[in-house]
Amino acid sequence: MTTASWALRPWQRLEHAFDAVFGAATNPLRHLGALGFLFFWWLAASGIYLFAVLDTSATAAYESIARLSRQPWYAGGWLRSVHRYAADAFVIVIMLHLLREWLLGRYKGFRRFSWLTGVPLLLFAFASGIVGFWLNWDRLGQYSAAATAEWLDAMPFFASVLARNFINVASVNDRLFSLFIFVHVGVPLLMLFGLWFHIQRITRAAVFPPRALALMSTLGLLALGALAPVTSHAPADLSLVPGPLRFDWFLLFVHPLVDASSANAVWAVLAAGVITLFGLPFLPQPAPAPVAEVDPVNCNGCRRCFADCPYAAVTMVPHPDWQTPGRPIRQLARVDTDLCAGCGICVGACPSSTPFRSGARLLTGIDMPQQPIDSLRRQLDAGLLRLDAERKFVVIGCGQGPTVAGLASGDVLVLGLICTGQLPPSFIEYALRQGAAGVLVTGCLDGDCTFRFGQRWTEERLIGLREPHLRASVPRERLRLVWPVGSDPSAFARALDQLRDAARSMTPTSPETLADHG
Amino acid sequence: MAEPRTTRPLAWLGQGLLYGLFALLVGVFSQWPPYRHLAADQALIKLSFTHHGQVVSPCRQLTPAELAKLPPNMRAPTMCPRERASVVVELDVDGQPAYRHSAAPSGLSKDGASSVYHRVQVASGEHRIVVRMKDSPGVGGFDHAREATVTLAPAHILVIDFDAEKGGITLQ
Repeated sequence: MTTASWALRPWQRLEHAFDAVFGAATNPLRHLGALGFLFFWWLAASGIYLFAVLDTSATAAYESIARLSRQPWYAGGWLRSVHRYAADAFVIVIMLHLLREWLLGRYKGFRRFSWLTGVPLLLFAFASGIVGFWLNWDRLGQYSAAATAEWLDAMPFFASVLARNFINVASVNDRLFSLFIFVHVGVPLLMLFGLWFHIQRITRAAVFPPRALALMSTLGLLALGALAPVTSHAPADLSLVPGPLRFDWFLLFVHPLVDASSANAVWAVLAAGVITLFGLPFLPQPAPAPVAEVDPVNCNGCRRCFADCPYAAVTMVPHPDWQTPGRPIRQLARVDTDLCAGCGICVGACPSSTPFRSGARLLTGIDMPQQPIDSLRRQLDAGLLRLDAERKFVVIGCGQGPTVAGLASGDVLVLGLICTGQLPPSFIEYALRQGAAGVLVTGCLDGDCTFRFGQRWTEERLIGLREPHLRASVPRERLRLVWPVGSDPSAFARALDQLRDAARSMTPTSPETLADHG
Repeated sequence: MAEPRTTRPLAWLGQGLLYGLFALLVGVFSQWPPYRHLAADQALIKLSFTHHGQVVSPCRQLTPAELAKLPPNMRAPTMCPRERASVVVELDVDGQPAYRHSAAPSGLSKDGASSVYHRVQVASGEHRIVVRMKDSPGVGGFDHAREATVTLAPAHILVIDFDAEKGGITLQ
C-alpha cells in the first residue's frame, strides 16, 4: 500500500481502461518515462536544425524565425511547430511520470536514487522551455522574459535588478541574447547528463518506447505541427505592454500565477514543492526487503543473475578460490545491498536453482533469505503429497500481483513467490514429475511488472529464448502463463478451469510420459 | 501462453481517438485561452534606476596618532569611507502617493549602487507625474525632482529612470 492509495485507485482504473484500448504492452501510461525520452529526442533533432538557422542577435532573431517560417514548409515552420509541441508533450509526460511513480510509492528504498536524480530534471525542463520562448523575441518572448526577470528579482540573490535588462530597446543587446542561447542549449545538455544519472541504476532503461507507441506518438506530433503551425506574435516592443497573447499554458503557467498572487508566493510554492519531492524518500519507511545473498560454494560465475537483474545490483567479481587447482570458476556474483530490490529474479536466473539437485537441502548460487529456494521445493513436495485428487494442479503466484490464494482447493496447490521472475523454469518440470497434472504461472498485471523484468524474463525462459530455459520435453499444454489484464478477478480461475479441461484429455503425468517429449 | 494482446478494430478506433485527444490537448492549451497581462485600457509606469548614493561621510585626514596605529605600508594620510547613503525615491501620480521606497546600497560594505524597480498600473490617459529622489546622506530634502504631465496610450509603458548625464530623472 502506498502513501497515496486514495489517488492510486482512480489512476489504476484509468490504466486498466487504457489497457483495453492500447493493450497492456503498449499502454502509454506504463511508458511515460520512455515517451519523455521520445519527445526529448524530437526536441533535440528539431532544435539542432532551428539553432542552425536562427540569427542569434537581438535585432535579427525575430526576422530569422519569420524567414524560417516562409521557407519550404517541411524545413521551417513545421519543424518549429514540432519543436514547440514536443516541448509541451515532454512536460506533460514527465509530470505524469512523476505522478505515477509517486502514486505507486516508487520513490523509496532502492528507487531513491532514481527519484532524487529525476527531481532536478523537472526544473531543467521548465527552465529551458521558458527561455526557448525568448529566442523568437516577439511579444510573447518579451512578456515571458520580463516576467521571469521580475520573478527572479524577488529573490535576494542578485546585486542588480534583472528586469532592467528589459526596460528599453538599448538594454536588450546581443550579449544578452547569447545568454538566452546558452541557457536554452546548455540546460538541455545538462538535462541529458542528468538523465544518464537518472537511469544509472536500472538495466536496459527504456530510452525509446515500444515501436507502435513511438510511431503513433511521432505521427501525432508531426500531424499536429502540420495542422496547427505555431506562429509568432508581433515583434517585441519594450515601450508597450504585450496585448492578448496566444499563451502556452504548459510551459509558461508560472507567469499568470505570479501575476495572480505574488512573486514570493510562487517562490514559496515552488520551494515547498521541491523540498517535498526531495524529502519524500527520506520519510520513515517500512523496513526494506531482505536482499539476495550469494553462496560462493554454489555460484559457478555464469553471469546470468548479472544479466537479469533489473536494477544493476549484481556485479561479477573474481572468485576467491579462482586460483585453487581443479576449480575452474573464475567469477563470483556480488550483490550491492543498496541497489538490490529483493525481487528474487536472480534466483530464477541461477542454473543452480534447479530442484532436481539431489541434496537433502537445495542450495543455489544466489538466494533470497526470506524465501529460500529450498523452502519452495519443500512446499511443493509436501503440498502435492497433501492433495488428495486424481489430477493435481500447481498455481504459482506473484507477491506483487493479484492474490491467487483463493484458488487453493482440494486439487490445487498455491505457491507464492516474491516475483514470478524468481521461478526457476525447472520447477515446472519438477512439479509435473512429482505428479502435478498442470501448472499455472501468474504475476503482475500484463505489462506492469513491479520489478520491471519479472514477466519478460519468465516468458523468455519458458519459451526457450533465455537461460535457464524450460526443457523442450516439458509438455506445454500442461502449462498456463497468465498475466491478468485490468482488474478482472476471474482471469486466474478461468485459466485454471482451462487447464483442468485440458488435463482431462491427457494421460496422467509421470517421469516416463515427460521423457517421451524429450 | 499469455493471453492475446488487444487487436480489435474498436481498440484501434479508441487508440486513434486517444492519440487525437492528446494532440488536441497539446495543440489547444499551447495557445489558448489567450492571456492578457494588463487590461486593455491600462498603461504601465515603470520606476527603475540603478544609482549610487553619495558617500555617507567625506574623506578626512588621519591624525598622526591614528597613522601610527596602522602598519607602515597602510599609512595613507587620507581616509575615505566607502559606505554610501540609501537612495530615497517617491513617486506621486495625479497627486496621490504611488510609491515610497528607500533603496539600500548593495555590497557587503554598502558601497554599491542602489537599485529600484517598481511597476505602477494606471488607467490610460493624462496623468500628472511627480518624482523625487534623495541620494545624499542626512535628513535634508530631495536632491532631484521631476514633474511632468504625460498622456499614456493604452498598453503604453512609461519608464522613469535616472541618468546624471541627461540631467537626472528621465521619463521615456
